[in-house]
Amino acid sequence: MRVLADGMATGNPLINLSVFVLFAAVTLYIVYRVSSGNVTASNYYAADGGFTGAQNGIALSGDFLSAASFLGIAGGIAVHGYDGFLYSVGWVVAWLVGLLLIGEMLRNTGRFTIGDVMAYRMRQRPVRAAAAISTLVISFFYMLAQMAGAGGLVALLLGIHDRLGQSLLIVVVGVIMIFYVLVGGMKGTTWVQIIKAVFLLLCCTLISVFLLGKFGFDFSAILDRATQNNKLGTSILGPGAQYGKNELDFVSLALTLVLGICSLPHVLMRFYTVPDAKQARRSLVWAIWTVFIFYLCTLVIGYGASALVGTDAILHAPGGENSAAPLLAFRIGGTVLLGVVSAAAFATILAVVAGLTLASSASFAHDVYANIIKRGKADPRREVRVARMTALVVGFCAIIGGIAANGQNVAFLVSLALALAASANLSTLLYSLFWKRFNTTGTLFSIYGGLGCCLVLIIFSPVLSGAPTSLIPSADFHWFPLSNPGLVSIPFSFLCGIVGTFVGGRKADNAAKQAEMEVRALTGIGYKL
Amino acid sequence: MTTAASTSGRHAAAEPDRRVFGGQPSTAPQKPDFEAIQDSAEFAELRRRLRRFVFPMTALFLVWYLTYVLLSAYAHAFMATQVFGLVNVGLLLGLAQFVSTVLITLAYNRFARRRIDPQVALIRAHAGVESK
Repeated sequence: MRVLADGMATGNPLINLSVFVLFAAVTLYIVYRVSSGNVTASNYYAADGGFTGAQNGIALSGDFLSAASFLGIAGGIAVHGYDGFLYSVGWVVAWLVGLLLIGEMLRNTGRFTIGDVMAYRMRQRPVRAAAAISTLVISFFYMLAQMAGAGGLVALLLGIHDRLGQSLLIVVVGVIMIFYVLVGGMKGTTWVQIIKAVFLLLCCTLISVFLLGKFGFDFSAILDRATQNNKLGTSILGPGAQYGKNELDFVSLALTLVLGICSLPHVLMRFYTVPDAKQARRSLVWAIWTVFIFYLCTLVIGYGASALVGTDAILHAPGGENSAAPLLAFRIGGTVLLGVVSAAAFATILAVVAGLTLASSASFAHDVYANIIKRGKADPRREVRVARMTALVVGFCAIIGGIAANGQNVAFLVSLALALAASANLSTLLYSLFWKRFNTTGTLFSIYGGLGCCLVLIIFSPVLSGAPTSLIPSADFHWFPLSNPGLVSIPFSFLCGIVGTFVGGRKADNAAKQAEMEVRALTGIGYKL
Repeated sequence: MTTAASTSGRHAAAEPDRRVFGGQPSTAPQKPDFEAIQDSAEFAELRRRLRRFVFPMTALFLVWYLTYVLLSAYAHAFMATQVFGLVNVGLLLGLAQFVSTVLITLAYNRFARRRIDPQVALIRAHAGVESK
C-alpha cells in the first residue's frame, strides 16, 4: 500500500521539477524587468502606490492563499469532511474586517508599516518598537510554518526523501525568494503574487469544473462517493469529525480565523501599494471575490479527492493530508496536471515567504532603524539599504528555520500566528483609528498585553506539552485547556487597551495629532506619496 | 508626517469663515488645519455616516458568523439534517456565510460610492485639496 501510494504521489518528478523551474524562471525574469533599481523607500516598500485596486486585490488574496490554506484545506476536507470546510468559512468572512474597519483608513494614515498607523498620534519610539516586535514575532511564526511545509512538499512532489536533498531544496526555495525581495522589492513581490494567484485560481477552477462534470454536475453524487471512500463514512458530511471532543477549542479557533487575517502585517502592508482609499476598497472587493471562488473550488476538490482517491491512499502518501489535492490532480490529469498543481503549491510558498520577508524587513528598517535609532532623520537611501540587508538576514533565518523545522508537526504555527496577530494588532489598530482617548500607554498595553498573553497561553497549552500530539510529548506542564488561545487573548488585548488608556491619563498635547489622524484617515487629506 | 509641521497651519481657525479650513485652493505648501476640519459639520456628518454603517454591519456579520460557529460546535445533529440529496443544513449554512460575505461587500461598496465618496470630495474641496 505504502509503496503504491508513494509511486502515485511522486508521478514523474522530472515533469514536476521542470514545471517548477519554468515558473521560477518566468517570475525571476518578470521581477528583474519590473524592478527599477528601487532607490526610494516608497518604491521599495510600497511600489510607489502604483498598483490598481484589481491588481492589488489579486495579490492580496495571493498573500493569503498560502500552501497551508490551499493544500491544507483541500486535505482537511478530504479527510475530515465538514470540519475542514469550517476553516474556509472563517477565512472568507475574515475579509469583511479589512473591508469595513481597517483597509481604507490604514491606506490613508500609514505609509509603509503598521507601526506608521499605531504610532501616528502616540510617542514615536516606544510604540514603533512595540509594533516592530509584534510584526517580527508574527512574521517569524508564520514563516516557520510555511518553510517547514516546503520540506514535506518536496518529499511529496519530487520524490526526494533523504534529509540532505530536502534541505538543499529548501535552500534553493529560500535563495529564489530572497532574490524576489532584494531585486524586486514590493513591486516585484506583488507581481509574483499576482501571477501565482491567477495560476492557482485557474488550476482550482478547472479541476473543480472537471470534477463536477465527471459527476454530472451533481454535488450530492460527489458527496455520496466521498462517504463511500472515507473511513469516517457519512459523519464527514456534518461537523464534529475532527473537533467533536473539544467544542470550546473549536470556537476559539474560529474566532482567531475571522479576526486574524486582516491583522497580519504582510497582508496589511499590501494596502500601501495602491494610490488611494478608493483603490484600497477595490482591492478588498477583488480579494473577497477571489477568495470566495477559491474556497468554493476547494470544497469540491476536497470532497472530490475523498471520492476519487480515497482517504486510505491520501493518508498513506508522503505528506499525509496535504497530498489530497496533488493526488487528485494526478488521478484526473496524470503527470502533467500533477506537475502544474505542484508548481502552484511551490509558487505559493515562495511568494508568501517573500511577502513575509518584505514585511519584516520594512518593519525593521522603517520602524526600528529610521524612526527609533535615527529618530526619523534617516537618509532614505540608507533606509532602503538597511531594509535589503534585513531581508537577507530574515531570508537566511527562514532557510535555517525551514531546515530545522522540516518534518516537525508545525501546522499549529499558522493558527498561532493568526492568534498572535489578532491579539496584538487588531485591538491596537481599531482603537487608534476609532477611539479618540486612546493613548501611548494604551497602545503599549494592548500590543504587549495581547502578544504576551497569547505566547504564555501557547506555552502552557496542550500544543506544547501534556498530550500525545504535543511538541514535547514527554513533558507535561500545561494548565490551559485550549490549543488555540484566541478566545482568551483577543478579548484580553482589547481590555488591556482600555486599562492602559486610563492608566496613561489624558494628555492635552494629543488633540492636534488626533485631529490630524482622524481627518487623514477618513478623507486622505494630508497624505503625500 | 513630522510633528512640527502639523501645528504650523493653524491660523485659519481664527478666521470667521471656517469652511475655508486653513488653505486656499492654490496654496500647496501649507498644511491644512486638521482641527478646523475635524470640527466642521461636514466632517462630523462623514464620520457619523461611516460609523453608522460599519459598526452595525460589523456586529451583524460577527453575530451571524458566531451563530454559525456555535451551531457547528454544539448542534451536530441539527447541522447534519439532510435537505436534499446528501446536502445538509451545515453545508447550506456555510455556503450562506459565503453569500452573506459577498452581499455585505457589495452593499458596502455601493454605500461608500454613494454616501462616503461625495462627502469626502466635498471636504477635500473645502480644504483646498483637489480630489482624485
